[in-house]
Amino acid sequence: MTVMTLIDAIREAMDEELERDPRVFITGEDVGERGGVFRATQGLHEKYGDTRIVDSPLAELSIVAIGIGAALTDLRPICEIQFADFIHPAFNQIVNEAARFYYRSNGQWHVPLVIRSPYGGGIGGGLYHSQSVEAFFAHVPGLKIVVPSTPYDAKGLLKSAVRDPNPVLFFEPKKGYRAIKGEVPDDDYTIPIGPARIAREGRDLSVFAYGMMAHYTMMAAEKVAREDGIDAEVIDLRTLLPIDKAAILASVKKTGKALIVHEDNLTMGYGAEIAAVLSDEGFEYLDGPVKRYAAPDVPGVPFSHPMQEYFMPNPDKIADAIRDLAAY
Amino acid sequence: MPNKETLLEWYRQMTLIRQFEEKCHALYWDKRITGVYMHLYSGHEAIGVGAVAALREDDHAITSYRDHGIALARGIDPKPLMAEMMGKKTGISGGKGGSMHLASREHNFWGGYAIVAGHLPLAAGIALESRYNDKDAVVLCLLGDGASNNGYFHEALNMSAIWDLPVIWLIENNGYGMGTAVHRVSGQPELHKKAVAYGMKDLGCVDGQQVLEVYEAVSEAVAYARERGPVMLEAVTYRYSGHGVSDRQYNTRLEDELRDWLENKDPNKLFCQYLQSKYKGIDEQLHQLDLAMHALVEEAVEYAESQPAPTYDDLFTNVYA
Repeated sequence: MTVMTLIDAIREAMDEELERDPRVFITGEDVGERGGVFRATQGLHEKYGDTRIVDSPLAELSIVAIGIGAALTDLRPICEIQFADFIHPAFNQIVNEAARFYYRSNGQWHVPLVIRSPYGGGIGGGLYHSQSVEAFFAHVPGLKIVVPSTPYDAKGLLKSAVRDPNPVLFFEPKKGYRAIKGEVPDDDYTIPIGPARIAREGRDLSVFAYGMMAHYTMMAAEKVAREDGIDAEVIDLRTLLPIDKAAILASVKKTGKALIVHEDNLTMGYGAEIAAVLSDEGFEYLDGPVKRYAAPDVPGVPFSHPMQEYFMPNPDKIADAIRDLAAY
Repeated sequence: MPNKETLLEWYRQMTLIRQFEEKCHALYWDKRITGVYMHLYSGHEAIGVGAVAALREDDHAITSYRDHGIALARGIDPKPLMAEMMGKKTGISGGKGGSMHLASREHNFWGGYAIVAGHLPLAAGIALESRYNDKDAVVLCLLGDGASNNGYFHEALNMSAIWDLPVIWLIENNGYGMGTAVHRVSGQPELHKKAVAYGMKDLGCVDGQQVLEVYEAVSEAVAYARERGPVMLEAVTYRYSGHGVSDRQYNTRLEDELRDWLENKDPNKLFCQYLQSKYKGIDEQLHQLDLAMHALVEEAVEYAESQPAPTYDDLFTNVYA
């Protein structure tokens, strides 16, 4: 085991996959000599050269589309979108082509593509460097969506994403790139895309979160355990699409209460789907209302530091939401 | 210069496409082909046949939603194509794609695409593999005039230029993007000149009604792409139906224009005349080919109509690989 940061784990996953499979290549803005805006690809250009670590023009839709085309030929592209906020020009290619190709060709072609992108706020990035975009894509069958919160999961899931025959959106909590550290095995391992992870076992209520919010929710759960004697179960969803209904239902069957946390804004966010799953299939298990704690419905994460703090969920705010639900 | 056998094969293909498209048109209005959107290749035959003839089997072809002609020129059996038009289980895309989304992996035909210009960067991605693996296969990417005003066009051209990707960007300029004339919506109405902005080889403009001219120009483009990198070529043509078959666009002015093209510049008629003057006494052979293609299309219709509809379970196949 080695202790490393989230970004190191992500880089290691790519390095090992590049080493393992000559079909794997990386493209995106500044991924080459510059090593990526967050240094996710640092050192890879030196090691693998121009053909496999490809600096792209500033053209997001084509970064993704080139990746789709190459994936159709059975290469294994990893496309980096510098910030999730910049993914919108590629929306058409992701939704209309990548997600549908296997379907529309009746299985003749599949799209083994990974799109990596840092998401999320709390870094002073303002409206166009802080967004969470998972809900836009979680509506689209044919895509897979992964949002890791620990270095261990990030490395194992990214390796699975590269080996997956389907298009995988891999959203990385950029605030945690260097803030989140954890143990990572030294040998090759993967974590399957799909299953959620019980990050903390508990009896009193279930909290569902992913990415940076899974990290914060763990801090909040320890806080309420210490201060209030509340025993919260924390489920780190890890994969948003396909959704792990079994894990969600099993946890609520045990605890009877559910809180969903995300830093994307509330309305039509990913939490709404979990609430709907619980309403449809977990009604009998519930001893209280399904609650969501999410960012407010404003058009973006504002620049001003105090406003950003109002916007962002944090461990204290999540702890309060846990206490409110526990008291119901 | 292609030999007689090759020329007759082109004639066969052009005739097949015209017969297939006219049949599709009739079936559509008969409601035997359902769905709303279908875009016919009638009028464009010389481009599809001439261009695809310049490819090797291991080269790739990709096009817009006006894709029937390219599918046929690529050698796909009309039967599964017609079955796809009718949304049958045995259609080339299992009934999920329909007219605009024909594709066949075994024919290196990467499909038709309904989003205008959306396939251009995909073509670049397919070409990237050729460079990546040191192959010399090229990608023929057909696009319409309208696509050349879209952002995808500019990004894809630029990427193909910086990475020397082996793509032949072949613009089929039929004068109208849906109902809007090219010069009204393109700052540079000589579309091939847009290549210049990306430092790309511009092979100029060719008469898209002359299959031999198209073949020669695309052959030169293919050779260039194989050796050097991307190249742009424009072929001027005219479409005989509206943008889609449901689009009854022809007013009096356009009717005159249409009549002129049909009477004086029809690619099939011009090629027929060329063959008749080049090979005396070929008329009977051409007539036999006409009849054979008519029969082939009728067989395809009979086949398609006899095929089963997809089942409810088919709705859920091929969502994830």
